[in-house]
Amino acid sequence: MDNVLQMVNISKTFGEVTALRNVNFHVGSNEIVGLLGDNGAGKSTLVKIITGYHQPDPGGEIYWKGQKVERLSVARAREMGIEVVYQERALADLQCLWRNIFMGRELANRWGVLDLRAMRDETSKLMQTAMGFTSVAVTPDSIVGTFSGGERQGVAITRALYFQAELIILDEPTMGLSLSETKKCLDFVAGIKAAGKSAIFIDHNIVHVYPVADRIVVLDRGAVAGQFMKGELTFDELTDRLIRLARTGSFENNRPVA
Amino acid sequence: MNTAVTEARPLSPTATRGGFVRLARKYALQIAIVFVALLIWAFFVWRAPRTFLAYDIYNALMSTTPYFALMAIPLTLVVIAKEIDLSFSSIMAFGMAAFDVVFLLFSKTDPQLGVWLGFVACLLAGFLAGLLNGVIVVRLGIPSLVATLGTSFFWSGIVLVITNAQGLGLTPTKETLLYSILVGRIGGRIPAQFVWTIVFVIATWFLLNRTKFGAHVYLSGDNVESARLMGVDVARIKMLVFAITGLASAFAGFVVSLDVLFFWPTLGGGYLLNTLASVFLGGTSVFGGTGTVFGTFVASFIIAIINPGIVAAGWTAYWTQPIYGFIIVLSVSLQALLRRRLA
Repeated sequence: MDNVLQMVNISKTFGEVTALRNVNFHVGSNEIVGLLGDNGAGKSTLVKIITGYHQPDPGGEIYWKGQKVERLSVARAREMGIEVVYQERALADLQCLWRNIFMGRELANRWGVLDLRAMRDETSKLMQTAMGFTSVAVTPDSIVGTFSGGERQGVAITRALYFQAELIILDEPTMGLSLSETKKCLDFVAGIKAAGKSAIFIDHNIVHVYPVADRIVVLDRGAVAGQFMKGELTFDELTDRLIRLARTGSFENNRPVA
Repeated sequence: MNTAVTEARPLSPTATRGGFVRLARKYALQIAIVFVALLIWAFFVWRAPRTFLAYDIYNALMSTTPYFALMAIPLTLVVIAKEIDLSFSSIMAFGMAAFDVVFLLFSKTDPQLGVWLGFVACLLAGFLAGLLNGVIVVRLGIPSLVATLGTSFFWSGIVLVITNAQGLGLTPTKETLLYSILVGRIGGRIPAQFVWTIVFVIATWFLLNRTKFGAHVYLSGDNVESARLMGVDVARIKMLVFAITGLASAFAGFVVSLDVLFFWPTLGGGYLLNTLASVFLGGTSVFGGTGTVFGTFVASFIIAIINPGIVAAGWTAYWTQPIYGFIIVLSVSLQALLRRRLA
């Protein structure tokens, strides 16, 4: 399997705090990678490096489809085809739906004048085909802050897919969602795989990650504690190992937890 | 494009019927502010018909409201971007101090050229002073309330140092084309500064609602973290809104001075409160992310009408300041309530 993303020897320090230590990480083509780890494990920092929000410390290397990428920025990452679906904070609550869909990548002419009609029309189509909005009360001009948690997550995921992303990063996408909304969200993730794209699925809840991931990577205190293909471990074995990791700091030991 | 979720029904015809309601909801703030303006105007017409049914009061309003409306309109951008600027009234005078220096340099040799070059210097000084606000806020991370309070004192002091607290008579400018363009009377009746205010409204509305820049101003004020994550250059946007406000403040200072044919080094002192009141009364949220230029424009005339209205109605003008203060507190409180309801 070719890698769409490969990160070699990635470290990141903030002042005296080391958030990531020599992390090697990759995502294959049409692969869903589940990224697990406790609070402070370094998941968010890793995501922010992949999306160009943070720069890694010197010595780290990032490859996109085999090509080395220097000084990755947010704009460059989005151009390459990396999109992120961030938890709740992904959307601008006071803005309307079409402004959120095209946030940071508005359709405009060369003078920067917006093509409002095109953005409204595209949003209207997406509402019916991808977001599953059936209520006539919701229009492209509806304010996003009035949507339910599931609808909001649908908007964020649709936004990522609309821009033909090659790699979609889902950062705790099920946080705060009801059971039915979580089911819809997981269907979206399955849809990413079906569409031939790749994804990194970050979640605290392994019940959500395990069924949809092809491979699982576990981060702990800024380093990769272990990784395996889904077929190598059952759900119960994974749970045991995560509990062991929390207790002993070791992920690889396969003995049952007392 | 993924279609993981089952296709929904197409929008029904009821969506069209609901269009009017949606439109009314979308423009609720603008409709409300126009309604408030009409209500206040009707009240003053009832209390002082001789004053408010004559042209003179409207001529005066068109002449003097632009003094602060020209600043309130771009200040709306700053507040939408979730920042505040308290230095614009000092930048009015700072821009004119730059004019003062350049104009005096050329006053003996070529006064006409001196007026034009002084005007350019005035605008440049305003733009740079505004940009400095932006740099301090964005690059040093100082809250804009504190940063612009500091620069406000700084520019006021610099003006006194440069001018030695001496005013400058501008009677020679009366014969210039610039005077006619900026503060002349169009058709012998309409003050040119009112037309400039309309130009500012249209230009700022276009910038805010029809350009990428405007879209990013809204996003920066609504959810700065999200805007950054989505690749919006928030730092650039914030520096630009401060710079635009600085530029407009210098322009307003020039218009005021030209209209009264004198530059007072204390220029701007009386415009802080009514400019801010115009922005907040116009529906721009102090919490950022929402606001309209049209609302600010209408609100500036409401603010402007209160003082002559109170006097014409036979009350003491001392009521003006408490009413301005009340308006600011009431507007911001209503915004807080609306925001809580949305959350």
